[in-house]
Amino acid sequence: MPADFNWAIGGEAGDGIASTGKIFAQALSRAGRHVFTSKDFASRIRGGYTAYKVRTSTEQVSSVVDRLDVLIALTPRTVEENLDELHEGSVVIYDGERTTMQDLEIPEEMIGLDVPLKSLAEEAGGAIMANVVALGAACEATQFPIENLDSALKKRFGDKGQAIVDNNKQAAREGQAYVREEYADTEFDYDLACTDEDYVLLNGDQAIGMGAIAAGCRFYAGYPITPATDVMEYLTGRIEEFGGHVVQAEDELSAINLALGAARAGARSMTATSGPGIDLMSETFGLVATSETPLVICDVMRSGPSTGMPTKQEQGDLNMTLYGGHGEIPRFVVAPTTVAECFWKTVEAFNLAEKYQIPVYLVADLSMAVTERTFEPETFDMDAVEVERGNVVDAEGAAEHATDTGQFKPHELTDDGISPRAFPGTTGGAHMTTGLEHDELGRRTEDTGMRVEQVDKRDRKVDTARERESFDYREFGDPEAETLVVTWGSNEGALVEALEIVDEPLRVVTVPYIFPRPDLAAEFDRADDVIVVECNATGQFADVLEHDTLQRVKRINKYNGVRFKADELADRIEETMAEPAPTAGDSREVEAE
Amino acid sequence: MSSDVRFTDFKSDKQPTWCPGCGDFGTMNGMMKALAETGNDPDNTFVVAGIGCSGKIGTYMHSYALHGVHGRALPVGTGVKLANPDLEVMVAGGDGDGYSIGAGHFVHTVRRNIDMSYIVMDNRIYGLTKGQASPTSREDFETATTPDGPKQPPVNPLALALASGATFIAQSFSSDALRHQEIVQKAIEHDGFGFVNVFSPCVTFNDVDTYDYFRDSLVDLKEAGHDPTDREAAKEKVLDADKEYMGVIWEDEESVPYHEAHGVDENMAEIPDGAPDGATDLVREFY
Repeated sequence: MPADFNWAIGGEAGDGIASTGKIFAQALSRAGRHVFTSKDFASRIRGGYTAYKVRTSTEQVSSVVDRLDVLIALTPRTVEENLDELHEGSVVIYDGERTTMQDLEIPEEMIGLDVPLKSLAEEAGGAIMANVVALGAACEATQFPIENLDSALKKRFGDKGQAIVDNNKQAAREGQAYVREEYADTEFDYDLACTDEDYVLLNGDQAIGMGAIAAGCRFYAGYPITPATDVMEYLTGRIEEFGGHVVQAEDELSAINLALGAARAGARSMTATSGPGIDLMSETFGLVATSETPLVICDVMRSGPSTGMPTKQEQGDLNMTLYGGHGEIPRFVVAPTTVAECFWKTVEAFNLAEKYQIPVYLVADLSMAVTERTFEPETFDMDAVEVERGNVVDAEGAAEHATDTGQFKPHELTDDGISPRAFPGTTGGAHMTTGLEHDELGRRTEDTGMRVEQVDKRDRKVDTARERESFDYREFGDPEAETLVVTWGSNEGALVEALEIVDEPLRVVTVPYIFPRPDLAAEFDRADDVIVVECNATGQFADVLEHDTLQRVKRINKYNGVRFKADELADRIEETMAEPAPTAGDSREVEAE
Repeated sequence: MSSDVRFTDFKSDKQPTWCPGCGDFGTMNGMMKALAETGNDPDNTFVVAGIGCSGKIGTYMHSYALHGVHGRALPVGTGVKLANPDLEVMVAGGDGDGYSIGAGHFVHTVRRNIDMSYIVMDNRIYGLTKGQASPTSREDFETATTPDGPKQPPVNPLALALASGATFIAQSFSSDALRHQEIVQKAIEHDGFGFVNVFSPCVTFNDVDTYDYFRDSLVDLKEAGHDPTDREAAKEKVLDADKEYMGVIWEDEESVPYHEAHGVDENMAEIPDGAPDGATDLVREFY
């Protein structure tokens, strides 16, 4: 692995931390460097503190680590919060003229750069640009060509006019020049090399939104909720360019019903929310499945239950998406494992929904939703997008699937469970459907035979999908290794990097299809030791896999609100490997942090 | 749209299970006649029904239809209309569906001014669950769950609609077939959200708000010379606690429906079999 570099800016909420961090991430990406960002929050003291961290390398980076090389600290707390991650030779940039920063003590082995950020910003045109001065100082400390910052500043401030862009460029140069002059004798350890590569930088929510448009989604309804709102923000203003529309609903009950209505009218339709919204949407979820309406429902998970920790990572909704709702509801559950996969799995979710006329839960988690990450633009090859609409019939087809009296059969009993679908407006296709149990015509029935036939028909679609689709898992590491580590969701990145750190060989399997899911029995048989890694307290996916394979697994769980970091996960895997094999009695004992 | 559509084309071959004499028969007949009269046919019409006695209407009518969950019919109708503005969308429900469990959606759908009609069969009682107070039940109306009456004033749906920015408010009576059809027809023809509160008596569980009561007390605004484009007059009518009115109470002639105001004019069902043209520009944005 080539040398990676870790950078952060931290301060109070409202200090422009995220937007400054994003500018630096953008500049690195423009310079042909890979970037992986994360947002940090208070761990020791309550409230206020926030940080934007950037990990960068000339090669792909897919996780965060517990190490910080350059820190822009706007508050003393920022230094305190990050002391564990700072090391010998780390650079801390701060403004010693700020009253709160006057007594700041930088540990001896580190390099403190006292830069009058506010004064220099004022010279360049306004105190508001203090953070950009700090970015310029950071460029000097890392030998990073400041021109790369210019294009990022243009992207960020371009709509405010050229003068603002120019002032910001100047502010950055003030910071650079100050460090160059005042710290001429200081030797910095860092050299951020540029490459000729062109990368795109985006987060998981944006990838989901882009995937939706690519897949032909034209209708989105949602209610703002962290961390899913970015999906709606992305689509707003863009989907209209493709003939679509976004409705901000009055609540999640409305959002899913709006999306359901659009889907009944034939649109590819979607809603996105987080756990609390899924709670409300559960009311209509059964109707979506029973009326056999294709719908993509995205759950960007955050820490629960109840309001939980709204801006913190957790993978606690697996059971809800698998089993939520009264009665027995057939559904698909797809969970992308990377930001890029958020795009592709969204495309696939729409195809699955329409081919099988079934609700699809698209499950992402906070860490991937808010992580900006670089990719080669070809990763999102629009020519490779295929739209499969399933068994949609025209007037002629509608007539073929009608009763003797010409009544269309939207819930026709078929061998594969898939019935014909007539969009409203299709001549001869008029039909109703209902959340009540119904016959082939979509009309209420309590006939015992028809009840069983309709339940079986809906379940048969899942069997058909198992036959026709390849619900595969992703493989990494050494196929011959004795230890198998399994995970889902955004943990893949940290786990793939942990592979390189752990001394023993490991086989890693990540599972993007939660239901229907791949059969891991053969993988389990081959391994001596199976460890399941997930961001929840009880091991919801581990339970499912134990049930599937009738084997006990070891578990690594994290539920303090922070994602797995590669080095931390490597340590925990090594510890877990040393533990004795689990027995029937202790599978539910979970080690707390 | 074929010109030879008869209202019976909107009738399904299912026989209603409403109680004999239920107001919903008349309400539904008027809806079907109004749909046919306004040039619609079952293949371009989408009916959304809620839960309750009124919710059964989707089964007895023939068109594209969804019988959804309790209280959420309006968002479904909104989704249908925005996905394909060429469709005629009619949402039907009861007073419980619209003013109790779905009250939030009522307010916000009114605000959006979606070009569809909303027919509320208001019988001031919960009939399907065998006679409990509804949001429009009188304050002293005694039922099994409210032996001393609901002890709260009824919801005033007309005033609620006006306060929420309605562009069309009407009230009708299921038993007055001609006037009812005429009023529903106006709601369909209105460019925007056509809201009709229909007194649709429950002969089994409500012995107060009966056919006789409405026949005796309803004032027909047409006969009274009311000008529905006069907002002040409309305000007066919806807040009048002493009288009950029938007819179009308020119509905003300037109304521009949501889909026109926001340029939603395509049939969203029609999409290419790959990513749409211009999708690659979305990737370029992330450079």
